[in-house]
Amino acid sequence: MASNQIMFILFSAMIIVFSVLTVTSRKILRAAVYLLFVLVSTSGLYFLLNYQFLAAVQLTLYAGGIVVLIIFSILLTSHISQKFEPYELKKSVFSAIAVVAGAVLSIITILDYSFSATSEAAKEVDMRLIGKSLLSVEYDGYVLPFEVISVLLLAAMVAAIVVAKKSGPEKSISPKLNQE
Amino acid sequence: MPFDIYNFTSFTQWIDSSLHNAMSPFWTALTEMVIIGVLVLMFYAVVGLFLVYAERKVCAFMQNRLGPNRVGPFGIFQTIADLVKLLFVELIPIKNADGFLFNLAPFIVIIAGFMAIAAIPFANGLHAIDMNIGVLYVIAVSSMGVIGVLLAGWSSNNKYSLIGAMRSGAQIISYELSVGLALITIVILAGSMQLSVIVEAQRDGWFIFKGHIPAFIAFIIFLISSTAETNRGPFDLAEAESELTAGYHTEYSGIKFAFFFLAEYMNMFIVASIAATIFLGGWMPFHVGPWVGFNHIMDFIPPFVWYIGKTFFVIFLMMWFKWTFPRLRIDQLLTLEWKYLLPINLVNVLIMAFLVLMGWHF
Repeated sequence: MASNQIMFILFSAMIIVFSVLTVTSRKILRAAVYLLFVLVSTSGLYFLLNYQFLAAVQLTLYAGGIVVLIIFSILLTSHISQKFEPYELKKSVFSAIAVVAGAVLSIITILDYSFSATSEAAKEVDMRLIGKSLLSVEYDGYVLPFEVISVLLLAAMVAAIVVAKKSGPEKSISPKLNQE
Repeated sequence: MPFDIYNFTSFTQWIDSSLHNAMSPFWTALTEMVIIGVLVLMFYAVVGLFLVYAERKVCAFMQNRLGPNRVGPFGIFQTIADLVKLLFVELIPIKNADGFLFNLAPFIVIIAGFMAIAAIPFANGLHAIDMNIGVLYVIAVSSMGVIGVLLAGWSSNNKYSLIGAMRSGAQIISYELSVGLALITIVILAGSMQLSVIVEAQRDGWFIFKGHIPAFIAFIIFLISSTAETNRGPFDLAEAESELTAGYHTEYSGIKFAFFFLAEYMNMFIVASIAATIFLGGWMPFHVGPWVGFNHIMDFIPPFVWYIGKTFFVIFLMMWFKWTFPRLRIDQLLTLEWKYLLPINLVNVLIMAFLVLMGWHF
């Protein structure tokens, strides 16, 4: 067996095991850490495909960004002694059905697609190509989704400020805190 | 490079090809991984021990004292004695802690450091993995270390640890942006994210000179924000001993504490070597564009010496900060990042892009 296959099996096994643990763990911070393992193993798969850019983005955004934010909000809100109650049987059954349906759908789609085997070595993805196609207005350019997402981000940021902003007479007190 | 004796490429390729001749590709890859892992581990331990000693000596120098001077000449064996002591210290189990996360946390911090060190070019050809996204990779893996700090603080079930971890989280998430943007400024100048290409591009002058004003601003911002990212003074709120006993690692003892301690110094080393590689030319000797004779003389000094010299220069600057500046408050810390460093940085990136566009760099 080639080393690639061993690594693939290792990563896939880690993804499956830790995904299951993420949703079944009854301690919230442990669930977050299992999620971290899932995301890191996924970036390992991208490294295996030689798509280093996506792997590094996965590490920065998901492992270094989103999981850190999740853990940070858990730190602010929950205590170490808190544990989730076990779910009712009805809820568990329905979630299991949803999971199985989703899995069947994905597996059917994957089996339906005809993968063509190749013995070529994996190509390196040029950073310039990614940058240019992100800002390209040609047929395979991504400038429109890029801009749409930035508008969405702007809206989210404005919304966050509106939610966090104090209104009414308290307004005059808050700026003083930062002056020292 | 006129002095091929300092080029390690043929040496590493010779190891690779002789291993390939001896065994199958799978075992070759495995053996190479083990060799590099052991080398990095040894390097990690030796540099960590040396940096602890250097910090104590620099601190003593700043405070007009002698520092460690009993164990060995000039006290150089002091940190080894400390390490042996730490190995023998009892590991105190915490009753109401989350055992799994408590034990996992030091490893996450250490692993993040290991992954970052793999991408750093030590000398010509001494480079474990040379990715075309080197800079992005280093930013990515070094951002994972904070998870260990957060987990350590939460799972200790201790107020001081929790407060320390939360300060550390807020601090690192904020300052990561400045670190990334300062590096991006130089990536614009270099036109590549590959660390070997970045070093090679500094053959006729280091980027801090080639990119003059914006590169210098980026270097200053990188120094400030990376000092904050490694949780070192004056940004050491996460372990402010006068308020939080020891912050997130209060409950750790023995070798687990040593992991955090070592990781802190290794993070400082990694940050300093990134600064040396990106801004000061890495292993590239000090070259001035057209001065052929001068460049030739500089080539006599081995690249590894250049690399270590530059890295320790940056480390000395960071130690100097720690022992001369008073600790910031958390609101001052966040104000500094969000109101000053980040806007300056964004404008700086634009200036650098304009400079490169007009060709005004050297």
